Amino acid sequence: MSDQAYNFAYLDEQTKRMIRRAILKGIAVPGYQVPFASREMPMPYGWGTGGVQVTAACLVPEDQLKVIDQGADDTTNAVSIRAFFQRVAGVAVTGATAEATLIQTRHRIPEVPLRAGQILVYQVPIPEPLRFLEPRESETRKMHELEEYGLMHVKLYEDIARHGAIATSYAYPVKVEGRYVMDPSPIPKFDNPKLAGCAAIQLFGAGREQRIYALPPFCDVVSLDFEDHPFVASKADHDCDLCGAGDSYLDEVIVDDAGGRMFVCSDTDFCASRHAAGQRGRLAPLTEGGL
Amino acid sequence: MGAGEVSICARVKGQEGALLQVQGLGKRYGARIGCADVSFDLWPGEVLGIVGESGSGKSTLLSCLAGHLRPDAGRVMFRTDQGMRDTVAMAEPERRRLARTDWAFVHQHARDGLRMGVSAGGNVGERLMAVGARNYGAIRGAALDWLQRVEIAADRIDDRPSAFSGGMQQRLQIARNLVTGPRLVFMDEPTGGLDVSVQARLLDLLRGLVREMGLSVIIVTHDLAVVRLLADRLMVMKSGRVVEQGLTDQVLDDPQHGYTQLLVSSVLQV
Ligand SMILES: Nc1ncnc2c1ncn2[C@@H]1O[C@H](COP(=O)(O)OP(=O)(O)OP(=O)(O)O)[C@@H](O)[C@H]1O
Ligand SMILES: [Mg+2]
Repeated sequence: MSDQAYNFAYLDEQTKRMIRRAILKGIAVPGYQVPFASREMPMPYGWGTGGVQVTAACLVPEDQLKVIDQGADDTTNAVSIRAFFQRVAGVAVTGATAEATLIQTRHRIPEVPLRAGQILVYQVPIPEPLRFLEPRESETRKMHELEEYGLMHVKLYEDIARHGAIATSYAYPVKVEGRYVMDPSPIPKFDNPKLAGCAAIQLFGAGREQRIYALPPFCDVVSLDFEDHPFVASKADHDCDLCGAGDSYLDEVIVDDAGGRMFVCSDTDFCASRHAAGQRGRLAPLTEGGL
Repeated sequence: MGAGEVSICARVKGQEGALLQVQGLGKRYGARIGCADVSFDLWPGEVLGIVGESGSGKSTLLSCLAGHLRPDAGRVMFRTDQGMRDTVAMAEPERRRLARTDWAFVHQHARDGLRMGVSAGGNVGERLMAVGARNYGAIRGAALDWLQRVEIAADRIDDRPSAFSGGMQQRLQIARNLVTGPRLVFMDEPTGGLDVSVQARLLDLLRGLVREMGLSVIIVTHDLAVVRLLADRLMVMKSGRVVEQGLTDQVLDDPQHGYTQLLVSSVLQV
């Protein structure tokens, strides 16, 4: 039930309108970081208050909300944010990617392709992809304005010089619609190809840094690379030990004191759905309901 | 062949005309004059020295020429593919594009001109990547070549400049600037903070590169020995204004303006 002390979805209508304007601008200028007046939310910044505000501004009572953290619906962060919106918006919640109309995420894009009508909201800690090498905000703005993106390749150059390959594996920078260079938030680079040509609307919210940016449906998104060191969407070279999937992003899990390991899908809904459909991996429990 | 003769050759050979034409350039800081009424032409392949005491407006002038400061009077005409263009009036994107292709700027303090958190190779490669180089092997090859040209050992390519001596940092800054083959190089006291022996080596290197690449250079310095070695022509500034200009040997050997005479004699006393 919705808590009567708050407006629907916690934020007042004035604030939501302000955030929606920023979102619309972001969608109109794909990859461009739109400043917005971030509000205090009743949770710490590290919990993704930017994403929470974007979600609050987008939610309607009919929505089915899914919240994931590192691919899982049951981590503390995901559970808390989901509970927050159940309380302040009274919306239905779900773990099923296909049923959700709005998905708030941290660190992953679901494995199942999203469809038209869905909104994917990312929690972003540091929205500025140039920050690593150019700390001055005035200068990074100018670089975006004038498309001076040589510095992004300096970062990749340093990676190769130091590690022999592009070692950046999270928050791997992309160029959007041939124009803005964008930080896709700390998703694994395995997820980068899913950013492109996605049927859903993708929104990115950074609370502490007060920035919103967006990818409209079917956007052109290219991961930066060198001709002789092309981008590779890599993952652990295993199949999921629970559901047998060979094409999903895997977490490595230590299973006993003897150093035993297993690889499991990081997208728990994807893994459970496959399991329910009878797919089995190397270490799947033989009895039903063993997950 | 003396520096003066080089300048005359450049002038005779330079059928295409001046590379840079500065007309009535001025910059104020509130009521204080930074520089005022500065006019000169720079010819392709020419090295122009700017000398003058501290506070005479040398850095202000150089910053206005390089587009780091916006002058409040005058024009800076630069020869581009589309003829002479006023770099003061042109749109900022175009000016910044010139700054990373046709121009180079060597700062007195290497740390102002280097990325201290990036390896030597990355520092040299940055300008290449900024103009669209996307082949790692080719960028690294060019960086290695340039490190060698400024006498930095190839095995230092992955070290950060913070691990370099002052002289090495300055040579790295020069490599980073010259890698894209700029036509016009601005230098503000490039030998300033260095030991005398290190200065001499850097000057030799600079002189070699200027000759080899046919660079046009505007170099600001306190040091008359530097201009004698490098500059074809000399401009003397006092209180923001140019008080004397001419061929370097002429100005130094037969200074006309009282202030220049003082400047020359004070150096001779050192
Ligand atoms: N940012 C500034 N704000 C106000 N006044 C300035 C500023 N920069 C320079 N000036 C003044 O402008 C005049 C010229 O300074 P400038 O730095 O160009 O001299 P300079 O010849 O380069 O001196 P130096 O040899 O010490 O480097 C001086 O009077 C200086 O005090
Ligand atoms: Mg100065």
